[in-house]
Amino acid sequence: MEHAVEATITVNGTEVRRRIEPRQHLVDFLREELGLTGSHLGCEHGVCGACTVRVDGAIVRGCLMLAVQADGCKVETIEGLSDSGELAKLQQAFHARNALQCGFCTPAMLLTARDLQLRNPKAGREQIREHLSGNYCRCTGYQAIVDAVEEVLHGKG
Amino acid sequence: MKAPPFAYAKPRALAEALELLARPGAQALAGGQSLIPSLNMRLSSPELLVDITGLAELKGIGLEQGVVRIGALVTHAEIERADVVKQHLPLLAAAVPHIAHPAIRNRGTIGGSLALADPAAEYPACALALDATIVIEGAKGKREVKAEKFFKGLFETDLKPGELLTAVEFKAQMKDERSAFLELARRRGDYATVGLAAFAANGAKRLAYFGAGDRPLLATHAAKAGDLEAAKAALAQDLRPPADLYHSSATKLHLARVLLERAWNTL
Amino acid sequence: MGRAELPLHAPGTQLDKGYIGQRVPRPNAQRLLQGRGAYTDDLRFPRLAHVAFFRSPHAHAKIRRLDFSKALKAPGVIGVFDGRAVAEVCTPWVAVLAHLKGIKSPPQHAIAIERACWQGEAVAAAVAESRSQAEDAVALIEADWEPLPAVIDMDEALAGKTVIHPELGDNICFRRELDTGGVDDAFAKADVVVEETYGFGRHTGVCNEGRALLADYNAAEHSLTVYHATQAPHMMQDIFSRHLGIPEANVRVITKDVGGSFGIKVHVYPDEMATAALSVMLRRPVKFVADRLESFLSDIHAREHRTKVRLACSKAGEILAFELDDLTPIGPYSVYPRTSGIEGNQVVNLTGGPYRHQQYRAKMHVVFTNKNVTCQYRAVGHPIAVALTEAIVDLAAAKLGMDPAEFRRKNLIPDDAYPYTFPSGLKFEQLSHHQALDKLLALMDYKALRAEQAALRKRKVYRGIGLAAMIEVTNPSPAFYGVGGARISAQDGATLRLEPTGMVTVMCSVTEQGQGTEAIFAQIAASAVGVSLDKVRVITGDTGVTPYGGGTWASRGAGIGGEAVLLAGRALRANMIDLAAAILKADKAELDVRDNAVVHKLTQEQKLPLAELGRVGYFRPDTLPADFQAELTVTRHYTPRQYGFTFTNGIQASLVEVDPDTGLVKLLRHWCVEDCGTLINPMLVDEQIRGGVVQGIGAALFEECLYDENGQLLNGNMADYLVPMAGEMPDIVCAHLETPTRQSQLGAKGVGEAGTAGAPGAVMNAINDALAPLGARVTAMPFTPERILRALGRVA
Repeated sequence: MEHAVEATITVNGTEVRRRIEPRQHLVDFLREELGLTGSHLGCEHGVCGACTVRVDGAIVRGCLMLAVQADGCKVETIEGLSDSGELAKLQQAFHARNALQCGFCTPAMLLTARDLQLRNPKAGREQIREHLSGNYCRCTGYQAIVDAVEEVLHGKG
Repeated sequence: MKAPPFAYAKPRALAEALELLARPGAQALAGGQSLIPSLNMRLSSPELLVDITGLAELKGIGLEQGVVRIGALVTHAEIERADVVKQHLPLLAAAVPHIAHPAIRNRGTIGGSLALADPAAEYPACALALDATIVIEGAKGKREVKAEKFFKGLFETDLKPGELLTAVEFKAQMKDERSAFLELARRRGDYATVGLAAFAANGAKRLAYFGAGDRPLLATHAAKAGDLEAAKAALAQDLRPPADLYHSSATKLHLARVLLERAWNTL
Repeated sequence: MGRAELPLHAPGTQLDKGYIGQRVPRPNAQRLLQGRGAYTDDLRFPRLAHVAFFRSPHAHAKIRRLDFSKALKAPGVIGVFDGRAVAEVCTPWVAVLAHLKGIKSPPQHAIAIERACWQGEAVAAAVAESRSQAEDAVALIEADWEPLPAVIDMDEALAGKTVIHPELGDNICFRRELDTGGVDDAFAKADVVVEETYGFGRHTGVCNEGRALLADYNAAEHSLTVYHATQAPHMMQDIFSRHLGIPEANVRVITKDVGGSFGIKVHVYPDEMATAALSVMLRRPVKFVADRLESFLSDIHAREHRTKVRLACSKAGEILAFELDDLTPIGPYSVYPRTSGIEGNQVVNLTGGPYRHQQYRAKMHVVFTNKNVTCQYRAVGHPIAVALTEAIVDLAAAKLGMDPAEFRRKNLIPDDAYPYTFPSGLKFEQLSHHQALDKLLALMDYKALRAEQAALRKRKVYRGIGLAAMIEVTNPSPAFYGVGGARISAQDGATLRLEPTGMVTVMCSVTEQGQGTEAIFAQIAASAVGVSLDKVRVITGDTGVTPYGGGTWASRGAGIGGEAVLLAGRALRANMIDLAAAILKADKAELDVRDNAVVHKLTQEQKLPLAELGRVGYFRPDTLPADFQAELTVTRHYTPRQYGFTFTNGIQASLVEVDPDTGLVKLLRHWCVEDCGTLINPMLVDEQIRGGVVQGIGAALFEECLYDENGQLLNGNMADYLVPMAGEMPDIVCAHLETPTRQSQLGAKGVGEAGTAGAPGAVMNAINDALAPLGARVTAMPFTPERILRALGRVA
């Protein structure tokens, strides 16, 4: 590891210190080094959104951030946010409405939906679609996802 | 699509950053939203990435004596949320939601966008429309360049090797001044097919098109025209848009006219 | 032959379909919601090596020299291999089938030898300790090329001035002609003849998860385990066995979670075969995951067609005949083992499908080019056949001044006309076109939409309504592939096992890619056996565990796999009742299984909990009669035999608004009325339809693999190749009819591809309906703003 740099990252509440190759992006680090395979890679150029994780409270494309750039940061993945229960209501709504099929985009969809819930809890259907417009899903056609998020935000049936 | 190997440094002060950037094969890394895709696709191969996100002097938005100064490291998300921008730079406020998607806006920076100068990007056109001043620092010190002189060609700016864009300054929009931002894209968040950042003050218009050339372009002939029809006709003198994957040059010019028509009455 | 037989419990008791027909959330979705799925790339193995491929930058070129010397010295590199090295371990294949008369294709190797035939074809492989290091090594491979003339244009391919494979004589992979006779007469006597040529853009699946394969060869056993994101694990078991020379039972293919497939992952890919070969050569596990850039270059493409269509009808609006001339350019090889002739073949078979004309003539050519290979992708030939049928039908209706819905009503095969044989030879068991049309028009309030359209037109707002009626191939019999000599199984099996604690394990040969296969099998098993849903576990995707079967393709999972599960479930229940009778010393005719217990059939009184049944059956057989043996594991298979394909029908509608200044199309709403027979889980069906519709919309508005005249792919990344995202998609209203097939007890037909089959046609018709007052018409997909503005004459 020629250019390795030491970094300390808090991942899902646990402080992790590693020597990391600068070229390794955050999601590869999470998947390969920490075994957190819930964050997925669909394109590695920032378009599909499957790699979405939360860094210092903000959703980011994990494939567009070098792991070394997360030094000193708080990183949260689908695993941590599931275990803490933060996503429970969204997960329940997704499940009840079949807002997922293959599940590959799902962790990212949940994190992005949660981001919307925190920033704009009164968001309407159009705004939900807009907020999710950077997350690619090939299976569902998006409607069930929008329905699930709408239900969590507004309690609609 | 794994990036090739490179070294990494994160300077804590501007002087240190400039020294690192002077090294051969060094490149600045800020938000990384454009740089890292190109690395993952092995389109570029820098020797050293200089992570400038630790430089406090490049952050912050301030209003002083009618000038809004935005640090190069201010993210799109910060601009989206800033009251100063909403109140004093409505053109920028209108443009920001068009930039990609929330996760990208959380990392991408205004400095990165201006320095990359993608011809279909929103900020360069806004900077042009508002006659912004780009602040640059280098080994030889600080200098300022007007937006009109800053964007020189396809992904080409006035930044010299080893220089860093540190801030951009906009005159706050006054009550009797008008701005309009219009963008056509096939999908929300895509780079513009064609876009228009327009500003009108003191009876004069600045019509900055993006996605219509190798850089943002001021449609000076159209801006001087007396009425809309004359302006649409004059646009052919201002713009010779290159075709892209999906649109011919003629279509791009047509769409530029459509945007002009839609913006005209609001100016 | 069986007949659709639900309820599941004896007559005289309450009608009870169990879970069948219920909108049950999928049990196996929980792990996916928590990021705790296991996709192939998630697996970790000792000594796992990674492969990256050196791919041809040329569309057609001789490989003069490959120099691996620098690559071999790169850090972490285990080996670098060319086509000859891999050919020593992996034999080539030829993708032809006997029932596609005259189809031809040259042999294809796992890694190209001597010549690359499309930009992106793998010509060398670097194996290293990590994918990054493998890519570093690939970057150090030096190659000398001799570019050859590339055949790109479909007409040039057909003309054959340059022949890609000289030994084949021309560039024609497959041609087909069909003529019922009487076509010229029909056109001659017709009052109205309409003709139009349609274009369909080449596009591709863009599955979120890239193709993924992890091959683990055990040299001590001469055995190979492949963790493969594939739809057809048994088919791959056979192929790995034959081409790598490993005995069949020594090959195990395991399919974990798959991140979307849509047909992309049912084909044999040379780079995947190479990966398996490399594991054998290196005697250690080797993993390959296609990244997005190489996906665009090497995942199968599909659906590039240019089709001239003619329709003859009377002035009363009765369709007399269809005529079709279709040309479709594929890649330089037919794809193994299903061939690249099927898509064009389907266009010939299915055009005009919903209608009752008798005369039909079709001509079709499939030609080789030096672009990426093509093969079956969700709905295969349906989107084309439906789009051009429904567009020409609209054109005829317009010429007659007749409402498009009325025109269809005049011509749809009557609901009581079945069984029915269609001019192309297809046999329909029972469809419900008229019921579907009625339901659709009511659902969308067609009259109100037409009135609104008229009012808005006065204000220069241009909305369009497009209809697309369709038939769909599902549950195919061996007539699809088996008869041609392919070792592709058209039957499937299910093993159901009662566990000692009263749970039921289901092992079935159909696979899951997210559509909900495992959920519906759990519903069927629970219903058939008499347990609650939470007591059922389903295992799919493991050739070492499940019965032998075909897997997922051609919308067959529910109808075929589901039937096997149902049959096995009923048989298991019968065996459980035998055991209960022995335990209770009762008459088995008085017993049933319900809600996790053996009950009295008539009084429903609980007699014996299943946990107790299991305990005695497995641990205390000493308490049972000496001549009694409990059989608590049952396997049943099912093959559809009566009909070559079990056809379904549906009809879709699209409501759009076209901006004539920008050429942008806003999708306001979409409807689909679908008859797929017995609905096992309507919620899953709805979502399959919606996902399929959006894929079809992608083809209609956004997606096209763009090649330049040198065969270079211009937009092979997700910024430039446009896929549908949430911001532009409409809400999609789904409704159902149920005409069960009588070929099975379950009565389920298929539905996975229906959305994709009809959406492009519906959207095309809607756009043209919107443009009609402006005198413009579009016929080439995708309908980009450029094409719409040109049709409008807004751009020269």
